Amino acid sequence: MTRLVYDGTFEGLLTAVFEIYDRKLGAVNIQKSGDTNIAMFEEVLNVTTDEYRATRVLNGLRDRLSANGVQRVYIAHLAGIVNEENNIIGFIRYAFDAKQNIEENYGNRYVQRVSEIVKMMRREKHRMEAFIRFQKLQDETYYAVIEPDFNVLPLLIRHFRNRYADQKWMIYDIKRNYGLYYDLHDTEFISMEFSDVDSAVNVAASFNGDEEVYRHLWKNYFKSVNIASRKNTKLHLRHIPKRYWKHLTEKI
Amino acid sequence: MNVDRITEKLNILADAAKYDVSCASSGSKRKNENKGLGNASNGICHSYTEDGRCVSLLKILLTNHCIYDCAYCVSRKSNDIKRAAFTVQEVIDLTINFYRRNYIEGLFLSSGIFKDADYTMERLVQVAKKLRTEHNFNGYIHLKSIPGASDELMREAGLYADRLSVNLEMPTEAGLKLLAPDKNRQDMIDPMDFLKKEIIQRTEEKKLFKKAPMFAPAGQSTQVIIGATPENDQQILQTANHFYKNFNLKRVYYSGYVPVLADTRLPGLNTQVPMVRENRLYQADWLMRFYGFNVNEIVNQQQPLLDLDIDPKLGWAIRNMHVFPIDINKADLKLILRVPGIGLLSAQKIVSARKFAQLNWENLKAIGVSVNRAKYFIVCKSSEFEKRDLTGTRIKQFILAESHSKYLKNTQTQLSIF
Repeated sequence: MTRLVYDGTFEGLLTAVFEIYDRKLGAVNIQKSGDTNIAMFEEVLNVTTDEYRATRVLNGLRDRLSANGVQRVYIAHLAGIVNEENNIIGFIRYAFDAKQNIEENYGNRYVQRVSEIVKMMRREKHRMEAFIRFQKLQDETYYAVIEPDFNVLPLLIRHFRNRYADQKWMIYDIKRNYGLYYDLHDTEFISMEFSDVDSAVNVAASFNGDEEVYRHLWKNYFKSVNIASRKNTKLHLRHIPKRYWKHLTEKI
Repeated sequence: MNVDRITEKLNILADAAKYDVSCASSGSKRKNENKGLGNASNGICHSYTEDGRCVSLLKILLTNHCIYDCAYCVSRKSNDIKRAAFTVQEVIDLTINFYRRNYIEGLFLSSGIFKDADYTMERLVQVAKKLRTEHNFNGYIHLKSIPGASDELMREAGLYADRLSVNLEMPTEAGLKLLAPDKNRQDMIDPMDFLKKEIIQRTEEKKLFKKAPMFAPAGQSTQVIIGATPENDQQILQTANHFYKNFNLKRVYYSGYVPVLADTRLPGLNTQVPMVRENRLYQADWLMRFYGFNVNEIVNQQQPLLDLDIDPKLGWAIRNMHVFPIDINKADLKLILRVPGIGLLSAQKIVSARKFAQLNWENLKAIGVSVNRAKYFIVCKSSEFEKRDLTGTRIKQFILAESHSKYLKNTQTQLSIF
């Protein structure tokens, strides 16, 4: 068993695949540097991310999978779930070793797992599209804080840029400490220095004049549309798990 | 802005609109091409109330003043409640400001009938028109089409709204006559028929001229109230089927009657909301629209009521044991869709995956099949399968015994005696 240590980037992962084939490695265990536990008697190979090698692997994947299939690999990696890389590598090796396109062979455990992670990512992305609550700040920027289970922020760009084309907005992932900012022309990733998490979340001091009014109206509306005689807490919690409540205007 | 007054209006007019259960914000394809605000595509539920229903649109009445006296409706003329009315501008401000904060997908605007149908419809259309033309708003708009409004207004509504709907209210004409003597079923069907023809014609035009304007791109829907009148499930589903087939409706909503008013013609105030029945009707509706079931296979003269204990798909399967077991590795997709415990996505995955290798129980479980249910109806690549010749009733008992549904508490204690 060879342990591969890579830098956590998608290019790094693809470079690792290149190394596996170049060195004709058998069983491997790939981990992000930082996530590693040192085991004895294990051969360790540090993968140096290399754009040329990564591109070759990517092109190889493009030959063997549909565009959608390649995207699934990308999204599964983007999720950033600890120690999931072995399954993704398993999927990629299976794709390279098979004669035909295997992306729909759900009987294979790697294909099944990648499809599961992609499903989890899509669900989380969809939840963010639903649960993000913007707060209008004094400079007319609409600001939202999120803490998604997986790293979905890059997948949100298209949706929010198409929808809110005529307002400045910012979505900040406080779990991963980076955000997305749209200035009416372009979107860019940004990172900010907050003194602590609370100062990123609690921005009431910078609210625009009518922000409190609409927060209040929305909370009232939310209460008014409930039908008490149909109360169904189990269903309610299934739709909005409690961990999302702290950033939902109507639930705080 | 007088915040207190707006708050009061919003409370009254949202409360009055909440019994309209339509919540869809999907099915449209309005893009944000003018660098304006919003788009409408696949539908998003932005929140859920404590009763577990989705909040997708700002759903309000323009006013709850009404000239009608329908027994089932909170806003009926003779009901002694607070009345209020929004101005057109107030509705627009609320919609835009809620939308910009990502609270909602758009607006659902209904209204009590004040003065007459045209006067009411004109104001609804005015809200939609202003949102589209003055505020570059491309979010979802659902308008009620008011029975009796002029064709001209209906046509204008279709140009600005994504979806239009008129509620049948009662599943049958007799039910409507009983509870809403001033209303006439034909008056509700006329606008539906008009819009259906208009939608067909506009879709043809759009095929020829790309620039032709969209017309109600998310189509029409309707709602029937369940449990206020004595119709059985067969009558309800036949009605739904009729409107799906003949009026190209996108959705029929079933609204379990919530007893809010004392009236000798209605169930008593302490009656439970028929939530399980409502749920079974939606399941049956899905079977008709997505699973290739004919309405008569779900309910018929011998079987006029849906079984409340089990879902209608399982109900059909145990009545038709001669169809099963089917071989998951060979059967047509159409047949796989009929197996209890296998949904749309799983069925498609099965058909894709079996091209590579025969599937076994473990594969099916990984794909997402509920094997506990499906195992009575299928065989796969495994020597293990249900070998006993079980009757439908027996299978129902087995499945209920394993089930954890909150509706089944009584059944479970009964079964544990064995």
